[in-house]
This record gives sequence, C-alpha cells and structure tokens, in this order.
Amino acid sequence: MLGYTITQWIFGILSFLAIMLALMVVFSRNPVNSVLYLVMTFFCIAGHYLLMNAQFLAIVHIVVYAGAIMVLFLFVIMLMNLNEDTEPQRTWLTKIIAGVAGGMLLFVLVGSLKGAEQMQLSSYGASQIGLVKNLGKVLFSEFLFPFEIASILLLAALVGAIMIGKKEIK
Amino acid sequence: MINGISINYYLLLSTVLFIIGAIGVMARRNSIIIFMCIELMLNAVNLLLVSFSTLHNDSSGQVFVFFIMAVAAAEVAVGLAILSMIYRNVKSIDTDLLSNLKN
Repeated sequence: MLGYTITQWIFGILSFLAIMLALMVVFSRNPVNSVLYLVMTFFCIAGHYLLMNAQFLAIVHIVVYAGAIMVLFLFVIMLMNLNEDTEPQRTWLTKIIAGVAGGMLLFVLVGSLKGAEQMQLSSYGASQIGLVKNLGKVLFSEFLFPFEIASILLLAALVGAIMIGKKEIK
Repeated sequence: MINGISINYYLLLSTVLFIIGAIGVMARRNSIIIFMCIELMLNAVNLLLVSFSTLHNDSSGQVFVFFIMAVAAAEVAVGLAILSMIYRNVKSIDTDLLSNLKN
C-alpha cells in the first residue's frame, strides 16, 4: 500500500488521531467534552504502547488513566457543575501569544531534533521486555525499593487528599 | 519481519503532544483544563520513554513509566482535592480570580 507497511499505517493513523484529539482537548469550550477527548487521546497512546509490544503498560495506562484518573476529573467537573456558560475565556490576544510561544518552542525543539540520527526500532513487534512476565521480574528485583516507596507515596497522597478535602473542624 | 519505524517519528509525535499541552496551560483559565493539559504533557514524555526503552531493548524505561503513572495518580488525587476546596471557598476555579498571594 503506497510503499508503507501496515505498522507504519497504524502508526500514522494513531499519531494523527492523538494529535487531533489533543488539539480538541485544548480548544473545546465545554470541560466535559475536553475530558472525553482526553480519554480518547489516552486510548490512542495506549495503541502506540501496544504497537511497541508494551502490553503491560498499555493495559495499566487504560486502567489507571482512562479508568481512574479521568473518571475522577469527570466527577469533579460534574460536582462543580461546569459547562460552556461558566467557562472563563482568555482574551484573543493572550490566546494568540500562547499559540506563538508554543509554536516557537515547537520550532526550536523540532529544529534541534532534526539532526538526530535515524534509528529504526529494529526489535519492533518481537520485543519481549514489555510483557507482564519480564517486566514483573525487573520490577520485583531491581526496582523493589522504589516500588515500595511508590506505595508509601500513594498512601500519603490518599491521606493528604482526605485531609484537604474534608470540611474544616472548628 | 515487521518493518520498524524510525525513532525520529516518535520524537516528533511526543514533541507535538507536549507542545499542545503547554499551549493549553498558557491559553486556558479553567484550572481543571490546565490540570488535564499537564496530564497530556506527562503522557507525551511517557510515550518517548517507552519508545526509547523499545529501541534499546532495556526495560528500565518501562518501569520508569510505571512509576510516573503512580506519581501522576497521587498528584491528581491531591490536586483535585485542593481544587474542590478552592471551589468551596471561592465558588470558582478561574485562575485569574486566584490572586490572593498578590496582595
């Protein structure tokens, strides 16, 4: 098909979708729509992970981001009853300045990455490191201590969120 | 044998996603949308880490992504708690109204 392999087609379509949906997140006026577009962006990124045979991360990404974090966002937005009418808007001048600043950052980054060496992901589709078995072995041997620290971090965040979120005791 | 994709395309894709997130942070006033744009930037970096981990056939990158996800979950929990508390006190999450530190 036009000299491209099926992997390259999937990569192109997923990338196009991810970028378009990310743009919709920024430009959508309704916060609820923004959340839903962001969920779809995350699904596209999970597709990229699957393309690189990082199966464990793809599943964790969908479960944690699309499943937990975005639902939390959606809950908070619904709780605050935000919609298109209550949405504060910046002036056009600020938006244009933001766009120009972002465009210049893009220009600089793309310019600096342009000279990078072309390296193919040669082990594409045959890479075994992303499987649950292999990643689990690394996680529970080499990275055991950071793993335990992460659990303490999550516990601290849990306690902190409850402490911040509850009504003040007079 | 499946043909590979050059790492440069992943670099480009991650850069574009990161910049979109940065523009969102600059161009929006709703704190929750700003938060979501930060998540987008985190995900752009995650994608790059996974692609380089695949390139070098080294699983450390994917383990780092796993930890970044854990930290992002903690960040979102605390951040949304702070935002809902701000909303309870100020009745708005417009960043331009949250200028109490100025005076």
